[in-house]
Amino acid sequence: MPEQTITLDVFRYRPDEDERSTIQSYDVPYYEHWVILDALNWIKDHVDGTLSFRWSCRMGVCGSCGMMINGDPKLTCAAFLKDYFPRAIRVEPLVNFPVERDLVIVMDDFMSKLTSVKPWLIRDDTRPMEEELLQSPSQLAAYKQFSMCINCLLCYAACPELDGDPDFLGPAAIALAHRYNLDSRDQGTAERQDILGAEEGVWGCALVGECTAVCPKNVDPAGAIQQAKVAVTKDWYKRLLLPWGKR
Amino acid sequence: MRKPLVQPYPKDWFLRTRAYRLFMLRELTSVCIAGYLVFMLWWLYQLGKGDTESFRSLLSIAKHPVSIGLHTIALIAAAWHSITWFNLTPLVMPMRIGEDRVPNVVIAIAMGYGPWLAVSGFILWATLR
Amino acid sequence: MSDALQHDIVIVGGGGAGLRAAIALAELDPTLSVAVVSKVYPMRSHTVAAEGGAAAVIKDNDSLDAHCYDTISGSDWLADQDAVELFVREAPKELIQLEHWGCPWNREPDGHVAVRPFGGMNIERTWFAADKTGFHMLHTLFQTLLKYDEVVRYDEWFATKLLVADGRCQGVAAIELRTGQVRCIAAKAVILSTGGAGRIFPFTTNGAIKTGDGMALAYRAGVPLKDMEFVQYHPTGLPGTGILITEAARSEGGVLLNKHGERYLSNYDLGEPLDVHDPKHPQMRSMELGPRDRLSQAFVKEHEKGNTIDSPFGDVVHLDIRHLGEKKIDKLLPFVRELATNYAGIDPVHEPIPVRPVVHYMMGGIHTDINTATPLPGLYAVGECACISINGANRLGSNSLTKLLVFGARAGKAAAQYVGGCGAISVAAIQSQAVDEQVRITALLNKTGGSERIVSLRTDMYHAMESGAGIFRDESSLKRTCETLAEVRGRLRDIQLDDRSNCFNTELIAALELENMIDIANAVAHSALARTESRGSHQRTDFPDRDDANFLKHSMAYQTDGGPPRIEYLDVVITRWPPAERVYGAKPVETAGE
Repeated sequence: MPEQTITLDVFRYRPDEDERSTIQSYDVPYYEHWVILDALNWIKDHVDGTLSFRWSCRMGVCGSCGMMINGDPKLTCAAFLKDYFPRAIRVEPLVNFPVERDLVIVMDDFMSKLTSVKPWLIRDDTRPMEEELLQSPSQLAAYKQFSMCINCLLCYAACPELDGDPDFLGPAAIALAHRYNLDSRDQGTAERQDILGAEEGVWGCALVGECTAVCPKNVDPAGAIQQAKVAVTKDWYKRLLLPWGKR
Repeated sequence: MRKPLVQPYPKDWFLRTRAYRLFMLRELTSVCIAGYLVFMLWWLYQLGKGDTESFRSLLSIAKHPVSIGLHTIALIAAAWHSITWFNLTPLVMPMRIGEDRVPNVVIAIAMGYGPWLAVSGFILWATLR
Repeated sequence: MSDALQHDIVIVGGGGAGLRAAIALAELDPTLSVAVVSKVYPMRSHTVAAEGGAAAVIKDNDSLDAHCYDTISGSDWLADQDAVELFVREAPKELIQLEHWGCPWNREPDGHVAVRPFGGMNIERTWFAADKTGFHMLHTLFQTLLKYDEVVRYDEWFATKLLVADGRCQGVAAIELRTGQVRCIAAKAVILSTGGAGRIFPFTTNGAIKTGDGMALAYRAGVPLKDMEFVQYHPTGLPGTGILITEAARSEGGVLLNKHGERYLSNYDLGEPLDVHDPKHPQMRSMELGPRDRLSQAFVKEHEKGNTIDSPFGDVVHLDIRHLGEKKIDKLLPFVRELATNYAGIDPVHEPIPVRPVVHYMMGGIHTDINTATPLPGLYAVGECACISINGANRLGSNSLTKLLVFGARAGKAAAQYVGGCGAISVAAIQSQAVDEQVRITALLNKTGGSERIVSLRTDMYHAMESGAGIFRDESSLKRTCETLAEVRGRLRDIQLDDRSNCFNTELIAALELENMIDIANAVAHSALARTESRGSHQRTDFPDRDDANFLKHSMAYQTDGGPPRIEYLDVVITRWPPAERVYGAKPVETAGE
């Protein structure tokens, strides 16, 4: 154990025994190279095996370990103790989600929203497996940024709109829908339009912009939503002006 | 046994970070702009009467320090809203040359600040001519 | 206990291989009832962390034979050549299929997919999506699977036992994490795709979830684990965390330097260094593009000579990519830059990256035939948890992502064919096994008076594996490891959990994972002890040479009652490439088979 320690104030909720959440404080050894996830694992290993949280890759790509750190949504594998030391760190589950237990949130709602935007490549034709679909580097660049989403859900925790309208599709799901709409190989824009153009779709967004600010992978969901608003609007006018399906 | 806990969203969320506060400020500018529009409508209504008495009283109200103060606030609010809007243009309308993104500042100037300055300059020229 | 859940086919594991199998099944026959059981949401699976790329012959200058030769020579002739030929033949089709599903492969200016060179490959044939290939492949597969709403997903269910009746595998028992209930998931066929077991070592690129669960399940059901002694060390992991720095850093031109700034690989029969600005650099099958086993072994030798660099987290060498320039790094290796900046505190645009060899991949796994079938009827295995074997004694970088697809699809087809002809499920028999499983797990949960914490057992296992079964091993080190593991196995009985609750009890899962890991570690150590030769990643200092006369064979570890595993051997399939010397260093090789 090093001489210095740091305090983690951790959100606890055990549905088997608790009616409401509590905060439990743990003193944890302080190492400069430790991330908050290391500290949580140290607690689980050495002090309190009942503390539950999700994690896996510990390199910022699996998207499991998002939590509220002093009120800000962060990946705990990429948030270093040294950026908070010597003050205590408050660790809570992501907001805007029900809490299953401790730091584990219920993700069902996000999974159904993600599915609803049809995040897969839609083509009218079937193509032989010998043939690549050509795509130039600039066509790739047009959507690449929006394909980088790791589904860590930090953007959902940062979005105040979801508090007012829990049915709002939310940043990550819209960004992924937009990613496929922008893909030169995709022909499914029309199929995604109804869900994107609905009130719970892009219009649920008032452009707070925090989703983009907290995104650990620079996906820019706020940008995706605004671009989708423009696309949906253009499409609406086209439908209005060309009522014979010539879209 | 499952018993998921629904956490209340912090009621003071809009005060919590600078970004949230700036967002609220931007949204609040709409109140000033709406107020100004009401004033404009009333102004048009008075002008529509066509008599000099109404016009005189309009002018005196407009020249009142309270009115000038409110107009100044509305102008600042409108300017602030415009600036945030221009800054967001690159988000809404990103542009690419080949694989590279056109820098945000270029888009903001080309699509927002540039035309804004041009139009303002023209109005200034037309009024002061 | 609740009634059994019933499906035609259950896939355990939601990584690249499992998802590919699920899609294959959904496309093949939408009337089949297919389920995917995964202990994490599928997009968290560790396929997500693969970086460099996926190999398949697509360009005109390449040939199937060349890919076969690279794979077979890379495997130190321990790969089954019929499996390799099949793999190489089906690889391009599978990668194009993924392209049709939306994978954002990097492109040439003319719109065709781009390829990059990779270690041990004679020709550039590695498809890539910048340096997040695994991430893009996994998300493409997962999002494509969402299209098939008839595929049932059991996300965050942890499989604890294969249910076997009438000599057939007929389902799994699994804990639903959110309720803690053990459920019987009955199926006519089970496909295991649970990934590797890198977590049996302390220093690994593998995520927390890679605890060899599927391997352990099959092992306990009597299925042999094949070639477990072959553990791949990736030559370039970040010190401390073990986070992977992709081989693509070297295939784009990065070089390895010792503390004198020398390209030390030239001292290890890996060729001559070319200047980094020479248009021919990096040369195929040479220097930094040598195979992973040889590069990791070179590090140890260099360390013994005192040529490595001290760091707070063990000795390192330098991976230098500065000469690539910021633009190229940001375009082709942005994740390398992000990882090095965050976790090593250096910006590789301006400083060399400290790296050391790190446990990365299990060449061995559940024994299957070329159709992914295990010896237990109704049980299939695919992905890193399986050993078919195309990897032999050393896997070539970028073969494993392709392998997930080729054999994932194949497993789907094979299982579909099998369930068409197999008998009905003996629901009562397997349901009663699942009840026994619930009893076992409840007992573990409620046990009192134990004195061992998970962490102490895990730490002892780590130490045993790292000290005795690392890059270089010998009889005495392996014997010590085996003894320690047996002792740790015994102490498992004394384990004591803090957490007795049912809802999302991650401590319980960790205890079950630990049990799996200890069984796998045991199979690794005993297989290594029995192989008295050096081949590929298995280097015995007491038997430094390859011994084709006795060991051109796969090892097969069978679990025994309480004792050490029984090791048997199975001949390697040789088709057109008779065993020969592994030649690296840009010397000409004859790749065409006979």
